[in-house]
Amino acid sequence: MDKSMGDLFLILVGSMLVTNFTLFYFLGLCPFMGVSAKVGTALRMGMANIFVMTITSLVASFLNQFVLPHAPFLQVISFIVVIASLVQIVEMTIKKFSPTLFRELGIFLPLITTNCAILGLATWQTGLGYSYVDGLFYALGAGFGVTLALVLMASIREKMELSDVPAVARNMGLVLIIAGTLSLAFQGFSGLFTS
Amino acid sequence: MRATTPQQDFIRGIWNENPVLIQLLGLCPALAVTNTIYNSLAMSAATLFVLVGSSLFISTLKKVIPHEVRISTYILIIATFVTIVDMVFKALEPGLYREIGAFIPLIVVNCMILGRQEAFASKRPVGRALLDALGVAAGFTIAMVMMGTVREVVGSGTILQGIPFVVGGDGINLFGSNYEPWVVMISPPGGFFALGFILLFLGWWETRKAQKREIRHWPHSVRVPTDGKEAA
Repeated sequence: MDKSMGDLFLILVGSMLVTNFTLFYFLGLCPFMGVSAKVGTALRMGMANIFVMTITSLVASFLNQFVLPHAPFLQVISFIVVIASLVQIVEMTIKKFSPTLFRELGIFLPLITTNCAILGLATWQTGLGYSYVDGLFYALGAGFGVTLALVLMASIREKMELSDVPAVARNMGLVLIIAGTLSLAFQGFSGLFTS
Repeated sequence: MRATTPQQDFIRGIWNENPVLIQLLGLCPALAVTNTIYNSLAMSAATLFVLVGSSLFISTLKKVIPHEVRISTYILIIATFVTIVDMVFKALEPGLYREIGAFIPLIVVNCMILGRQEAFASKRPVGRALLDALGVAAGFTIAMVMMGTVREVVGSGTILQGIPFVVGGDGINLFGSNYEPWVVMISPPGGFFALGFILLFLGWWETRKAQKREIRHWPHSVRVPTDGKEAA
């Protein structure tokens, strides 16, 4: 499947802004709620997400080409097993060769391997019939989209620390309503493409 | 671990440790497919099957599964049950599958299910694991239906839309033809808003209950009741 640069750019921007994985599809909400209290942590979490998503996309394309045509019922099982083990191997490699990078990203890797955003990326990329290159751009867009949502949320929550929030709203309810507002703002991006 | 009675094992998951509303687990399906009550119920049924099936399986096999690879084993077992649900839905209800099908494979990574296996089913007898799974699934269903009701009633102005045997699948119109539906509530931001407001309401409810308790134990607390009736 040959696609022009323009099409690839549309896939990238589309999965980053229009169908943002966190704010449009609600994927990866556990880390979104859990580690979005500080901008620095959120940014590193986002980076780890981009990294794992890129690997996932390549693995999914590979499985789609060589394994799944022969055994379609294995889709869910093979995706999750192969992705989890590959990320585990990568994590060990990073730990061995670059302890600095491991301290920055490594602790998040096991957290996001069994995350719905990762499995969602793999299945939906298959559903959309993307090739290796399309899938790669889709994964990059999704990763940057998740990072964007995390960093935006963390910045808002850092501001919230300093403001006088009523006692009733000091649970996750307020965070969810802020997420809803962000999601509403991201809906404006759906007017980007008119095709 | 504290000893519990079978009743406690069942009841606990329904409200006090409700997976969605209290523990905030499994938020992805709770927000993504609750735009109508029908979709919420279908997703709850799928989750119930996977949770009960894998709990039974894992608590039966708990002596056989090696401790070091238990998490991977649990995920494999859960993924097998999810594949079954996925195929059944695809074959029996193609219309429904178009709406919620994208989220059915994601039941595998619902942390609520893996959490119950790790915390409960892998340590307890089969019967208790079944009760626990049923209780948690019931709690999940309650939360899903709450979300679905709020979003469908406000967002479309109908109730029970999509179920074939209720008014031919169009649902019962609640507010008449002059009602302008809040379309935002059935779109993605509405999911966040609905759960946000439910959590705010629960927070308010808890605070109020705590305050009342304080007033009842008046002599021991610094708070002075305003109307004087409670003190007597």
